[in-house]
Amino acid sequence: MLRKSLLAAAIATMAVSAPAHAHRAWLLPSITVLSDLTQMVTVDAGASTDPFVSDHAPMNVDGIQVWAPDGSMGKIENVGKGRYRTTFDVAIDKPGTWRIGMASSSVMGSFKVNGEDWMVGGRRRGPGGPGAGGAGAGGPGAGANAAGRPMGATPPAGGEGPGEGGPRRMIDPSHMVASVDDIPAGATDLNLTQMDNRNEFFVTAGEPTDTLFKPTGKGLEMVPITPPTDLVANEPGKFRFLVDGKPAPDLKVTVIPGGQRYREADHAQELTTDRDGVLTVAWPVAGFYWVNASLADDKPSVAKASKRRMSYTVTLEVVAP
Amino acid sequence: MRISLALAAGVVAAPATAATLNVTIPAKSVAEYHRPYVAAWIEPAGGGQARTLAVWYDIKKKGNEPGTKWLSDLRTWWRKGGRSLKLPADGVSGATRAPGAYRIPLPADLKPGSYVVYVEAARENGGRELVSVPLTVPVRAASATGRSELGAVSVSLR
Repeated sequence: MLRKSLLAAAIATMAVSAPAHAHRAWLLPSITVLSDLTQMVTVDAGASTDPFVSDHAPMNVDGIQVWAPDGSMGKIENVGKGRYRTTFDVAIDKPGTWRIGMASSSVMGSFKVNGEDWMVGGRRRGPGGPGAGGAGAGGPGAGANAAGRPMGATPPAGGEGPGEGGPRRMIDPSHMVASVDDIPAGATDLNLTQMDNRNEFFVTAGEPTDTLFKPTGKGLEMVPITPPTDLVANEPGKFRFLVDGKPAPDLKVTVIPGGQRYREADHAQELTTDRDGVLTVAWPVAGFYWVNASLADDKPSVAKASKRRMSYTVTLEVVAP
Repeated sequence: MRISLALAAGVVAAPATAATLNVTIPAKSVAEYHRPYVAAWIEPAGGGQARTLAVWYDIKKKGNEPGTKWLSDLRTWWRKGGRSLKLPADGVSGATRAPGAYRIPLPADLKPGSYVVYVEAARENGGRELVSVPLTVPVRAASATGRSELGAVSVSLR
């Protein structure tokens, strides 16, 4: 039963909120406001304790998508992976507000087949794809982060089981499946958590547009009230958070500015949305901000799952007045 | 000629404004000097639509890095109205200016009320500064002074 309890602990680790020392996945664009259409934005993508500080692990950017203001999809170019951060470029060649980032949904957890323990949603990417993709990209503490393994390292064969903490082998590799669709018929004792993650930022060329602010109605989302590329340090920013398309009141949101090495105060804020799901942020300093909300509930959209963990992260640039 | 114009103005109704915004670009003692990008605009004092009076930038520069690339460095002007202009705009855009004092005519059709005139300057290899001057119509003289990228900024009656 040792195996079982380890597995249960692993699932529990995965399902509860992020540990205090989580690494944060972040996207850092070179610029968010452009005044002509011949430029590129170049982006650093990594995971570390302090947002935007390249000192821990590069992000897997396979899942990055580029939504152009006219509804078409752009692309990322010139991807390069360093030890501590990945870089990529996006040509901003149409006027309006662009959305760049990733939205992923996966299922993790355990089940039984003929009384034997199985697991779903361990390592889902091939070698060379560190855990920062998928679950890890969305928020603090997800995936490999929680296990304390350097995200840049290639995990040992057998996978990056959620919460797998070291040499202890929790489960037969042949009993791991990649997705919920691979769960064999007749599986029992399903204990599955749906993991939804978003991590994004906005770039505007010329006048801002709101064509990309229409929520999908799925999971945890943010709809800007203040245009997200119009933020100024002396004016509060307002953002509405939604869960499944409905306002998310009393949602805890972490707001952390970059550049902490250059001042004493960390200026991190733990804020809460109001009853309409609106977050109002007063900016202590100008700069880039990492904003994250995480939420767990028992309303997964995947039928076989019983729980859901959602994480939403946005990078915002706030200029001096 | 001037007298007759003044007389005419006096006899007919006084125009709402016949005033000038005076902008000084200070000389900088630096090894590598580039003329600043400068924008000037008016906003109603209570907030509202910005009206650009002038934007001085590198109009002629084309190619991969056209002069428009750095217009957003005039970040307040860009956000408040610059980005909605189609440039170059007649009577508004112009080439960058060397250090010196310049006169920008204020529009004659301003309705009586309170406004704020803003002047913003951003310089390559240099800083950026935003200076504002309150403007009342009918016009009364007012002035302000920049500290780094702008010198005296004033509104005068003529």
